[in-house]
Amino acid sequence: MEDVYIIGAGIHPFGRTDGRSGRDQGVFAVRQAMADAGIEWTDVGCAYGGSAAAGSADIMVNELGLTGLPFINVANGCATGGSALASARNAIAAGEFDVALAVGFDKHPRGAFNAKPRDYGLPEWYGQTGMMLTTQFFALKIQRYMQLYGISRETLGRVAEKAFRNGVHADHAWRRSPVDLDTILNAPMVNDPLTKYMFCAPAEGAVALILASGKKVRELGADAVRIASVAVRTRPPGSFEVFAPSVDIDNGGKPTILASKAAFEQAGIGPEDISVAQLQDTESGAEIMHMAENGFCKDGDQEQWLREGRTEVTGKLPVNTDGGCLACGEPIGASGLRQVYENTVQLRGRGGGRQVPGTPKAAYSHVYGAPGLSGVCILER
Amino acid sequence: MADVLEPIAENLWTNEAEPALIGGRLPSGKIVFPYPSGDAAEGVEPWRLSRKGTLWSWTRQDFQPKEPFEGPEPFQPYLLGYVELPGEVIVETRIVDCVLGDLKLGMPMEFVVAPFDATRATYAFRPEKA
Repeated sequence: MEDVYIIGAGIHPFGRTDGRSGRDQGVFAVRQAMADAGIEWTDVGCAYGGSAAAGSADIMVNELGLTGLPFINVANGCATGGSALASARNAIAAGEFDVALAVGFDKHPRGAFNAKPRDYGLPEWYGQTGMMLTTQFFALKIQRYMQLYGISRETLGRVAEKAFRNGVHADHAWRRSPVDLDTILNAPMVNDPLTKYMFCAPAEGAVALILASGKKVRELGADAVRIASVAVRTRPPGSFEVFAPSVDIDNGGKPTILASKAAFEQAGIGPEDISVAQLQDTESGAEIMHMAENGFCKDGDQEQWLREGRTEVTGKLPVNTDGGCLACGEPIGASGLRQVYENTVQLRGRGGGRQVPGTPKAAYSHVYGAPGLSGVCILER
Repeated sequence: MADVLEPIAENLWTNEAEPALIGGRLPSGKIVFPYPSGDAAEGVEPWRLSRKGTLWSWTRQDFQPKEPFEGPEPFQPYLLGYVELPGEVIVETRIVDCVLGDLKLGMPMEFVVAPFDATRATYAFRPEKA
């Protein structure tokens, strides 16, 4: 397959932007990405994009220009951004286009998501009795994991503390003030063992990436990073997922393990070769479990890793260098692409106060969401 | 009181002196919960699930969920979790008759029909009485 590169990255600040629609935030991000790449809208051969709650992406042509390009709407829940990226990459790798756009944006109401049982093929009583909440799933998954592998509440707190510390240095982050460990641990509980500072919140924001062929990179002399692999996978049998009235007794399979293995295989490298990682941190426990599910450490080793600061920006494997979902919030359609944006920033050495030291060569991103899907992307410099 | 409460849904548990959840047995032998509806029910045999199991995970709901939640006002935090029914399936359930601090991984749990609001009952598990 022909190599494909990211040559432009744009982001609309995450958080709350009253008076600007999700799609307009998307347009903002696209314009920034084009300026970064040094191209015009007329140079873009095809586009893929979408949101979970802020409408279709293809209407952006009204603002960006009626160039006649194919613009595919992607509606793939939490993997919307990852699926857009995979599709844009494939369009270039197939040789059909030299420049492609992947864009994701969103704008969610305040507070936890309230899913409807019917939309997920579930009976009404499941929602009526108060068991259909995403926050519960994350608490239930980490609660069991903590018991099985000896993860402490302090470690959950350290993950959040790191996120807010990193967010201070990210212009696009929503929460940009440090929060100390005691405050995090003693904050009101959302779902035991997770306090309010350990959860990300639904938010707004947009990310756009311009992808190009090797030929186009040479032509433009672009500041490019290579997409070594993209893999999106859905859940295998026996995986424990959100909105599950029951779980198979033969459990343990996970979509993240599948996506991670596929991405490492495609890239021809292993976890030990990664210099920086963005891992889905819907809440503190998710980052901890995803460290192991993505192959970076063994189950239970996270306790030591966090205590020793190994996932700090200056550590052995920096994780969530822009503060992740905890500091940026989670606009579903944009969240996975934010991770790839952040890795592009890191590999180009443009991270400022959050830049990983040395010269990072390989960057890993992992998005996870309902109803059990994961997207992994590895970038190389 | 419990015998005057309406079940929150039909065919969720059996109507007998010692009620049990109704699951389904797939042609492959795998046990699922709840019993599927619509086309997914084809070939699935109703299956009376075990009344006893062990605690697989748990949490407490500390904030009032948005709709479709229909719990009574004012909101009271409640416990929920998963109970593994040996050889069958792991079911999500309300947990009653205990507090958060009582719960331990693997502890024995038993099925119970519990009040949900002033007029309805739902299913739950509670720590097994010694």
